[in-house]
Amino acid sequence: MDLSLIAEVLASTIRLSVPLVLACLAGLWSEKSGIVDIGLEGKMLAAAFAAAAAASYFQSAWLGLLIAITVSLSFALVHGYAAINQRGNQVVSGVAINMLAAGLAVVLGNTWFKEGGRTPALPVDARFMPIELPGARELAGVPFLGDLAKIISGHSILTYLTVLLVPLTAWALAKTRFGLRLRAVGENPHAVDTAGISVARLRYQAVIIAGILCGVAGAFMSTSLSAGFVRDMTAGRGFMALAALIFASWRAWPAFYACLLFGFLQASGNYLQGVHIGGFEVPVQFINLLPYLLTVVLLAGFIGKSIPPRASGIPYTKDR
Amino acid sequence: MTPAIELIGIDKRFGAVHANKDVTLSIAQGSIHGIIGENGAGKSTLMSILFGFYAADQGEIKVKGQPVSIKSSSDAISHGIGMVHQHFMLVDPFTVLENVVLGAEDGKLIGPALAKARQELTRLAQDYELDVDPDAIVGDLPVGLQQRVEILKALFKGAETLILDEPTGVLTPDEADHLFRILGQLRDQGKTVILITHKLREIMAITDHVSVMRRGEMVATKDTKKTSVEELAELMVGRRVLLRVEKGKAKPGEVVLDVKNLTWKDRKGTPRVDNVSFTVRSGEIVGIAGVSGNGQSEILELISGISRPTSGQIVFEGKDIGILGDPRHVREEGLAHVPEDRQHRGLIATFDASESSILGWHYDETLGKGFRLDRQAVISRCKAEMQEFDVRPADPLLTSAKFSGGNQQKIILARELERDPDLLIVGQPTRGVDIGAIEFIHKRLIALRDQGKAILLVSVELDEIRSLSDRILVMFAGKIMGERGPEANERELGLLMAGVTEDAA
Repeated sequence: MDLSLIAEVLASTIRLSVPLVLACLAGLWSEKSGIVDIGLEGKMLAAAFAAAAAASYFQSAWLGLLIAITVSLSFALVHGYAAINQRGNQVVSGVAINMLAAGLAVVLGNTWFKEGGRTPALPVDARFMPIELPGARELAGVPFLGDLAKIISGHSILTYLTVLLVPLTAWALAKTRFGLRLRAVGENPHAVDTAGISVARLRYQAVIIAGILCGVAGAFMSTSLSAGFVRDMTAGRGFMALAALIFASWRAWPAFYACLLFGFLQASGNYLQGVHIGGFEVPVQFINLLPYLLTVVLLAGFIGKSIPPRASGIPYTKDR
Repeated sequence: MTPAIELIGIDKRFGAVHANKDVTLSIAQGSIHGIIGENGAGKSTLMSILFGFYAADQGEIKVKGQPVSIKSSSDAISHGIGMVHQHFMLVDPFTVLENVVLGAEDGKLIGPALAKARQELTRLAQDYELDVDPDAIVGDLPVGLQQRVEILKALFKGAETLILDEPTGVLTPDEADHLFRILGQLRDQGKTVILITHKLREIMAITDHVSVMRRGEMVATKDTKKTSVEELAELMVGRRVLLRVEKGKAKPGEVVLDVKNLTWKDRKGTPRVDNVSFTVRSGEIVGIAGVSGNGQSEILELISGISRPTSGQIVFEGKDIGILGDPRHVREEGLAHVPEDRQHRGLIATFDASESSILGWHYDETLGKGFRLDRQAVISRCKAEMQEFDVRPADPLLTSAKFSGGNQQKIILARELERDPDLLIVGQPTRGVDIGAIEFIHKRLIALRDQGKAILLVSVELDEIRSLSDRILVMFAGKIMGERGPEANERELGLLMAGVTEDAA
């Protein structure tokens, strides 16, 4: 395998990792505050549909992004209302959001666009297109550096934003007042309440952040990674993000690396089609299966001990 | 001098429960003021209102003579009121510093506040014997130190008045003494301390004034020097109570339970019960003392068949029951078990009393044949037990959770004694039980002993162990540190509970 193919696979890894990283950070914020978010998948899917529909209607990627965030956020607020105000079961609420999103996207898509649940293919203007970093073209022919440039350059603005969000999240959780309080409310909301801080407010803030991030993730999928929405296009990425989160024991940097691993498996799937091992052709289905297999393995807890925030999933009531 | 805190006409209802009835209380500046009362008397509710956790339906709060409105904990904190809750309000994976700073960060970033807290903690440690490593993870600290962190939190936030809710329940006698020294120093420096407790001895030892609550009402406030334990107990219960357990000499007979080299290791392989041997004879009460979490619970679980020993034998009337590892078989051998954790192991909260009262004996032929359960038989049996044990209300159809702690305990005790066992093992018989019911349960245990039953008693209440037991075993870190007679003094037992043997002392 030559260097340039490796570079291509790695560049693809980064692209494919973006929605995972965004969803994973969304899950991180939410669960650090004690709100379990099974609905990452649904929020992402709804956002992907909203972004593609709006981008196609307005012919603007940015309006698509805005609408995607709005839609994802409203789903997040429903989850927040069920989990925080109504003290409902957070898993049930998340599952409901996933089902609602999957159904709505297809029904609305069919009604509006009549293309069997797809949205119309987006033109270049209505998508987030790759950005060439300065100097990348000059390096194109240079060995190694050229390949490195190929990996780093040529991603959309959303990708670069996502990479910045990882250190920002890690820093905000560790060093800011908001981060301290958020971590505390996920561990022991009673301690936060008796310190005179509102538990509900903190949790809503976390849920809102999760909503925004899922919105960006969805918009990225349908207006940058692809040129439109297709049915079930998130394909379980929300659950992969959850698996990555558990694998990373609810820490930002390890979560980032875990998502890259998932992204790498997906990317190599695309490049390994038709590969022969010992004279046999490896079926494409098998390679595409790998990220899901890894999800199952991680979720089954085969890898180390992972400690969730202690109050995660438990509705807060004053009495104990 | 203006009082530090005045509560005037505080009234609070929770649905049908009238938790505080027109309560008026005045707390002098720079004093330690005790509030006593039985469980459910309304002490904690009253303090929760003062700390802004609940809002009073009626009434007024004054701080240093000024009327204030306390709608949340942050209002209370800003008026200089701090509270150390019975269940600590700590974030376990956080460091001591992070816990102290939480809610008092003073800016968007926590760096400066952490630095300030580090300095402040050093100062407080010197002033009040409140030493604790600022960088330790709170979850790794022993409870005594966790409690100090709670006090530090309150002081860091500028508390002038400190409320402590049942602070000594989790402490060894030594740790409790240290806490009292700290409270004394706080008072000497002009702070006001409110101490909620049900332990009369603590009230007498440390407070300046004491207020007694009963059924939501404030029944009396006294100068501690001018009152007595007997008077306070009578005020709490509303009738004369016998605080001393009256019992004659034990007449021990044959060995009923013989525990030999019993060891139990947890999943990590740590021995939680470590090579323990002892006997219990008929007609005697053997008490196991110790700070909770030193292996007593595990011993109860092993003997009752809930868990199986890693090694060693539990010989009951000549038969090794350890290998049975099954509570039903163990009970059928004639061993009764009143579990430590009433709510989880003793009964099922959502079942009605008659159902809870047959747990484990539900297959009894007299309660129905085959698949059928004879509800009438169950109810009438429960009714009879309730009358014999003075359970109030004597209503077999009332949900188990609706009974007070003492009455729940009586239901369990009645169930366990139904089959006339030869050995009774009891864990924390009077935890969360009010004084009147304590008296009843203690008398009953003594009566059982005098009938020639063998009783193994586990309790974290040293007073209870000392007044009931004929022999006292002290446990520490899974081992039995020593055996003493009932006349052993508290200091000696306290040292053993802390793991100090004579040779080391």
